[in-house]
Amino acid sequence: MDTLQLLISGIANGCIYGLIALGFVLIYKASESVNFAQGDMMILGAFLAIALINTNQADLPFLLGLAIAGLSLGIFAYLLDSLLLRRVFGQPQLTMVILTIALGFVLRFVIGAIWGHDPVGLESPVAGQRLSLGALSVPVIDAVIIGTTVFLVAVLWLFFARTRLGLAMQASSQNQVAAYYMGIPVKRVVSLVWAMSGVMAAIAGVLFAAKGAVEPAAGLVFGIKAFAAAVIGGLGSLPGALAGGLLIGIMEPFAGRHLPSHLAQVFPYALMLLVLIIRPSGLFAQVRQKKV
Amino acid sequence: MNPLLTVHNLETSYGPVMALRGVSLSVPEGSIVTVLGGNGAGKTTLMRTLSGALAPRKGSVRYRSKRIDGMEPDRLVREGIVHVPEGREIFPFMSVAENLRMGAYARRDRSGWAAELELVNEYFPILAERRRQEAGTLSGGEQQMLAIARGLMARPALMLLDEPSLGLSPVLVSEIFTIIRRLNQEQGLTIVLVEQNARAALEVADHGYVLEIGRIVMDGPAERLMASEDIREFYLGRTSESSRGRRRWRRRKTWR
Repeated sequence: MDTLQLLISGIANGCIYGLIALGFVLIYKASESVNFAQGDMMILGAFLAIALINTNQADLPFLLGLAIAGLSLGIFAYLLDSLLLRRVFGQPQLTMVILTIALGFVLRFVIGAIWGHDPVGLESPVAGQRLSLGALSVPVIDAVIIGTTVFLVAVLWLFFARTRLGLAMQASSQNQVAAYYMGIPVKRVVSLVWAMSGVMAAIAGVLFAAKGAVEPAAGLVFGIKAFAAAVIGGLGSLPGALAGGLLIGIMEPFAGRHLPSHLAQVFPYALMLLVLIIRPSGLFAQVRQKKV
Repeated sequence: MNPLLTVHNLETSYGPVMALRGVSLSVPEGSIVTVLGGNGAGKTTLMRTLSGALAPRKGSVRYRSKRIDGMEPDRLVREGIVHVPEGREIFPFMSVAENLRMGAYARRDRSGWAAELELVNEYFPILAERRRQEAGTLSGGEQQMLAIARGLMARPALMLLDEPSLGLSPVLVSEIFTIIRRLNQEQGLTIVLVEQNARAALEVADHGYVLEIGRIVMDGPAERLMASEDIREFYLGRTSESSRGRRRWRRRKTWR
């Protein structure tokens, strides 16, 4: 029963890693670069939601606050791509990587300057409640996290498989030049992908803050752990990102229980190294050569 | 016949490198015009400039007597100009049907493309069979057909067709060129065809231009180009013996 308890808590954590990793992969596919500020965007979303929802702050209804925080992060990411990152387009990939790392630092300090450096929790309607199934007792928030993730993944899948814009996003990432020739406004489509991953970051941040507490510095650790998850899954694969996140999330509490704590800390990165050595393109890589 | 497209004195550069040095040509409505030339002549640059992917530095492009130079491709696709790029450039991980759907992306009439889909199925029955297959798993010839079909989905009046014969076997080349000719004759599609395979291109074209290092050096009706000594020597690879038997020198191009 104990194992099952750990498993469910691990899956919930893994869902949050997975959501951030999805953001990494979306941006990687659209811009062919990694957004190392993804974790900090998540924390920004969390703090925005806290400022909007908590009773000693703006005291808005939970869902309204969540919607505003998600929308704000979406707009933020859209403008980030169309105003700032577009300017380094055509430069070596490293330029964009360094730019997003720097952006992460800036975000972290701005968040700290506005909201302080102490951990804050988000007040949620389900705080402290537990769901009892026989001897098993699960925090309701864990169930909410898992349910939200399943729902978001289903929506994303339908969006990419069925809608015109979703297909255009796939097309732009598979062959940007051809998409451009077909009359797809590639620049706007790429900025919209950034917006989507901003919204995902905000939702992940809200879920995470509702489960425990957030502090500005958490963005770095979270970002890198989710990046490891994306690499484990294969950096170009959406199902892979989710699977990588779940894998890390599930194995972490078990490692924490059975290994000395300093070893448990390095566990996700050791797993990433192992995957890189055995299957360099990740567990779920989408690799095929172009036919000539 | 009225020209559908008139290009006047077009200059395009990549940074300091000038790829087009004043190109002028005219494409009558309902015709196939071919632009011949070797590697680096500027053929693909010309196509990219016409489809809006590159902005020209000087000169003008008129389409149905409207200035279109400098317009973005999404606008030009809606105006009826579609670019089928060199090397196929399909979307490899999407199905054939999804590739075709992307060809119709810029169209405002979301429902109207059923008619084009039928047209595509008629001209490329193999694509209808492979509707659900991932496009990257198609053979080279099928991918070229898909690229042309995807272009048709935009319901173009003018198709810019860049090297459709690239990397294909002679049988496939003649199959593709037969389809190109049928599209022109049966659907009234105007085509600008860029080719290194001069023989295949001149066989279907009405009019031809020869592009060398960014300039038009020669033009004329396709039959006349086909008969021209220069074209035969430099683009068709003459097979007959000359009057003096085997020459030891390279003929000078008379247009220089």
